[in-house]
Amino acid sequence: MAQIKPVASRRQILTGLATAPLLLVIPNLAQATAAAVEAEIKKLYGDKAIGSGKIKLDVPQIAENGLVVPVTVEVESPMTDADYVKAIHVFADGNPLPGVVTYRFTPASGKAAVSFRMRLAATQNIVCVAEMSNGSLHTTKSEVKVTIGGCGG
Amino acid sequence: MTGASGLGSLGRVAAQQRLTAEQILQFDKLGSISLLYLTDIHAQLEPIYFREPSVNLGIGESAGQPPHLTDKAFRDYFKIAAGSADAYALTAEDFTQLAKNYGRMGGLDRIATLVKMIRAERGADNVLLLDGGDTWQGSWSSMQTKGQDMVDAMVKLGVDAMVGHWEFTLGADRVKEITDKAPFAFLAQNIRSLEWQEPVFAARKSYEKGGARIDVIGQAMPRTPIANPRWMIPDWEFGLREAELQKEVETARAEGADVVVLLSHNGFDIDKKLAGRVKGIDIILTAHTHDAVPDLVRVGDTVLVGAGSHGKFLARLDIEVRQKKVAGVRYKLMPVFSDAIAPDAEMKALVETIRAPFKAVLSREIARTESLLYRRGNFNGTFDDLICQAMMKERDTELALSPGFRWGGSLLPGDPITFEAIANATAITYPACYRTTMTGEQIKVMLEDVADNIFHPDPYFQAGGDMVRVGGLGYSIDVSKSMGSRITGLTHLASNKPIEAGKSYAISGWASVNQNVEGPPIWEVVEKYLSQVKTVRIEPNSSVRISGT
Repeated sequence: MAQIKPVASRRQILTGLATAPLLLVIPNLAQATAAAVEAEIKKLYGDKAIGSGKIKLDVPQIAENGLVVPVTVEVESPMTDADYVKAIHVFADGNPLPGVVTYRFTPASGKAAVSFRMRLAATQNIVCVAEMSNGSLHTTKSEVKVTIGGCGG
Repeated sequence: MTGASGLGSLGRVAAQQRLTAEQILQFDKLGSISLLYLTDIHAQLEPIYFREPSVNLGIGESAGQPPHLTDKAFRDYFKIAAGSADAYALTAEDFTQLAKNYGRMGGLDRIATLVKMIRAERGADNVLLLDGGDTWQGSWSSMQTKGQDMVDAMVKLGVDAMVGHWEFTLGADRVKEITDKAPFAFLAQNIRSLEWQEPVFAARKSYEKGGARIDVIGQAMPRTPIANPRWMIPDWEFGLREAELQKEVETARAEGADVVVLLSHNGFDIDKKLAGRVKGIDIILTAHTHDAVPDLVRVGDTVLVGAGSHGKFLARLDIEVRQKKVAGVRYKLMPVFSDAIAPDAEMKALVETIRAPFKAVLSREIARTESLLYRRGNFNGTFDDLICQAMMKERDTELALSPGFRWGGSLLPGDPITFEAIANATAITYPACYRTTMTGEQIKVMLEDVADNIFHPDPYFQAGGDMVRVGGLGYSIDVSKSMGSRITGLTHLASNKPIEAGKSYAISGWASVNQNVEGPPIWEVVEKYLSQVKTVRIEPNSSVRISGT
């Protein structure tokens, strides 16, 4: 096959795969689990009851780029001295460590809404917990699929 | 709404010589508007053979429902006679023999004839012509001219609006260069700039036709950055954007639209689910999954159209509007039998001009085939088997992977394999045929991942396309299982031994979505192989065992 240019290096061989390099290294990564996320929440709030509702979590069903997955979290609240959101915690049950980020708010924040991008190596759940000024807790979660792609019709 | 009429009476016309353009066009007109639709031409300017799939599985609620019907089940459902012109156009049954009887299909000059006759019948001001995308990719001339050949032809045809998918593999700059000056609208409500979430293209355009206002909303292939190289469109974000679509529909209605049309490259199953969730769309013109469906599919008050691919069909919908509402839709999927329709002289001349610079290259005969070569099918096609054989030989690997593309023409036994035929199955802008090694575990993970993109029970997680084709490798697949447990029994065919998880295998493939992939273009690899073997004979592929259907 003299006319066919050989592949130059191992790095290029790997990037030449139809498979995303990320996926190939997953088996070697320690991963958090749903239980680890639960334990982390317990560390913060003990056995306190956690309700649903109030949180709008906007993530793609399928990540277009696992390295920068857009996440938007908004918690419904008047954000007054009497009633505001104190904190938003974000967890990922496939992250090496379950805790991703915590945002803290005061009534002066105006609204409890954050947008950020996070890296996801594989399909997993994004879990949000919101702590309100009256001490009540709310949670929601959403799965984000990370795929190697290719082969579109 | 009034009923659909399907293909009409063509099924009773036994012999090809009795088929006429008048019969193909015969239509009991309704209302004041005709909407014409064609999609997924994949840059085929001239008539070709295109065999529909004999395996096209539906999962979950889609099982056994159109478009997931093939051959006899398809004919029974739509009441089509075996051996008829309709059976030839719509199924894979007895394809070789019927192809000899009924000839090639498509050709933009034939389509132009049909469009002109309908415009003459209805009045040009009452006809809207829409293109579902995958128009600028799929041939040597489209690749060499960066889509310009197809743009020129579609301008000549008088397309009013289009959407995109493979168009984006020309790169963001080229797509913008074309769409900024094109006389047709390029619509996409679901593409936003990554940084600021601003619209990249217009979402919607309004047309006054037949005394009514028709609003067309565009929906680009939502998984383009995953299914195709994201690095070619680095600043754009896609996705379904259902909530934004709902808002766009409501805005259209509030502004006075009588008819709301979604020109969608989502794929049929996604659109079927979407039709039940997004309210207020009258008509969804589906694309991407290449389904030719001879009747309308209804979901609530929305009708879905599947108009096939490669120029084989032109869909006509007559729409009756009463009190600013759609009161009736009548439908016909017109098969473009190239031998029955006289070419339009102007379009024929344009196609000849476009193809002239490439004539010598395209007509070069490399080999002959003794077998029917085709692409479509969920798991394999003989053309892909040929491509895998070529890669394994020319890149000296024990295994090969070929993407499950649904485009590319078919060749009949005895046909020459010209360079054009190779290009029709391989012409993409990321053609490098790579050589690498993968462990058995990596191969399994990769097959599971691709299978989940096709057989996920929730259509919103499906990406279109078919299963990646494998050379030198056998496996069993249970399509009813979930991700990670569909694929079993991976076998190294040459040694008839199981693939070992920890062992490395030399593997070749093409169409990687990653950047800076090295290797010769796939068409060179296939041509080199064919020029040595000269005669192609592909035995039926039994290395993929399917269950759970």
